[in-house]
Amino acid sequence: MSLSIPQGEFFGLLGPNGAGKTSLISVVAGLVRPDRGSVSVMGADVSSDYRRARRMLGVVPQELVFDPFFTVRETLRFQAGYFGVRAADPWIDEVMHHLDLASKAEVNMRALSGGMKRRVLVAQALVHKPPVIVLDEPTAGVDVELRQGLWQFVRRLNRDGHTVVLTTHYLEEAESLCTRIAMLKAGRVVALDSTRNLLATFSGLTLRLGLDQARLPEAFVPRVVSRDGARVTLRLGGYAELETVLAQLRQAGVAIKEFELEQPDLEEVFVKVMGRH
Amino acid sequence: MRGGFGTLLHKELLRFWKVSFQTVAAPVLTALLYLLIFAHALEDHVRVYGEVRYSAFLVPGLVMMSVLQNAFANSSSSLIQSKITGNLVFVLLAPLSYFEFFLAYVLASMVRATVVALGVLLVTMWFVELRLAAPLWALAFAVLGSGLLGALGLIAGIWADRFDQLAGFQNFVIMPLTFLSGVFYSIHSLPAFWQKLSHVNPFFYMIDGFRYGFFGTSDISPLISLAVVGISFVLVTTATLALLRSGYKLRG
Repeated sequence: MSLSIPQGEFFGLLGPNGAGKTSLISVVAGLVRPDRGSVSVMGADVSSDYRRARRMLGVVPQELVFDPFFTVRETLRFQAGYFGVRAADPWIDEVMHHLDLASKAEVNMRALSGGMKRRVLVAQALVHKPPVIVLDEPTAGVDVELRQGLWQFVRRLNRDGHTVVLTTHYLEEAESLCTRIAMLKAGRVVALDSTRNLLATFSGLTLRLGLDQARLPEAFVPRVVSRDGARVTLRLGGYAELETVLAQLRQAGVAIKEFELEQPDLEEVFVKVMGRH
Repeated sequence: MRGGFGTLLHKELLRFWKVSFQTVAAPVLTALLYLLIFAHALEDHVRVYGEVRYSAFLVPGLVMMSVLQNAFANSSSSLIQSKITGNLVFVLLAPLSYFEFFLAYVLASMVRATVVALGVLLVTMWFVELRLAAPLWALAFAVLGSGLLGALGLIAGIWADRFDQLAGFQNFVIMPLTFLSGVFYSIHSLPAFWQKLSHVNPFFYMIDGFRYGFFGTSDISPLISLAVVGISFVLVTTATLALLRSGYKLRG
C-alpha cells in the first residue's frame, strides 16, 4: 500500500477486523519489521532513523496493557523518561487532569478499572508531546464520559498542530473527528478521500415520507427504496433534489403527513465500499 | 529525569526493589539455610585446601551461587513478564537501541545479584569468619558472572513464550549447572569422571575463581578461570545482542 498523511491532519484508518490497521500501525511504530517497502514519520525512516521516528510518535496500543509494579505517576514518568523528557511532571499533571486521572496518580495500575487503565494508555502516548499521535481503538470498551473527554483533548491537540491517526470501529466517531479517511481491506487501501467526499460519493440522502395516499407519481419510481402502503422511503442524490421531489408531490396532489430526512453516514459508505471490494 | 537508557535501568531496579522481600530477602534466607544445614552435617568431616573449615569454604560458593541465580532470575523474569502481560510494548515504542536495552537489563541484574551477595555475606558473617585474600579477583568473577547470567537470562526471556518454558530453562539448565559447579564441594573430592565433567561446566570456573578471591587458593588457576568466564561472557553477550538486534520474538 502507498499512503501519505499530511502534517496536522486528523486521519481515520478504518477497516474490518483483520484488514491490517494494527499491522500498519505496528510497522509505523517499529513494533513489526516490514518485509519490504519503507515508512517514514515526518521524514524519519522508521528503520534507519528509528530514534527520530519514534520520538515523533505517541501510540495508544489496542490491548489493555500495563505494568503491575508501578503507580500511574511512576508509569507516566518512566514513559516520559524513555523518550528523554526531563522535568515532565507539569505536563504529566496536565495530561492526567485532562484525562481525569489526577485522583489516581498514586494508585497502583493493578487497582484501576479497565476504563482508567485505558486513560493511562492514552496518557502514556502523550507524555513526550509527540507531533504524531496514533490511537488504535482508544475508546473500545470505555464509558461515554471518557470518550467525550478524550476527544475534546485530542481535538485540542490536533488544533495545536498534532497529527492524529485514529483507528476505530465506532464509525460515527471517525465521521465526526477525521478530516480524511482510508478504508482498508485485506491489507490494501480500498478507499482514500476526505470524509466529506466519501460521504458525497458513496452516499445520498434518505427521505422517509408518510403520505395521505398510496398512489405515487411515475417519476418517483426510480427513487423508491422501499414502500409500505402510504409509507415510502426515497433515495435522493443530494439536498438539491429535495425541492424537486416536494414540487412533484404537490403537483400530483399528494399531501405529506410525516417527513423524515436522514443524513448520509459513514457506516453506509463503509458497508458499500467493503461490499465492492 | 535521565535519558531513555537511564530510565529503563531505573525502572528495572525499582521493579525488583519493590518486591525485595521476594527478590532479595528470600534468596538470602535460602543461602543461610544451605549454610546451616550443610555446615552442621559436614563441618567436622570435611577439610578443604588443607585446613580451611567446610563452612568457610561453603560461604563464597553460596554467595556466588546466589549471584548467578539472581542475575539470571532478574532479567529473565522481568522480560518474560513484560512479554506476557504485553507491557514490553512501552519499551519497544521508545527510541532505545538494542544495546541500551541489553545494558539496562543486564546492569539491573548485576545490581540485584550484588545486593543479594552482600545480604548473604552479611548474614553468614555471624557464623563464619572470612577474609578476602584477593578481593579484586572476587570482584572480577562477581562482575563477569553476574553479567554473563544477566545476559543468559535475557536469552531465556526472549526465547520463552510461557512461564513454564522459563521455569524449564531455570530448573534443567541453570540449577544443575550451578549445583554441579563445586558450590558445596571441591572438585578434587570427586571421582575422575565427574572431575572431568566439571571442567566443561563454565559455572565451575565462576565459583572456583570467586573462591580464589577469599582463600588465595582454588581448584585450578584463577587465570584459566578468568579466561573461560571472560570468553563465555563475550560469547553469551554477542549472542544476546544478535538476538536483540534481530528483534527475534520481540519485534514481529
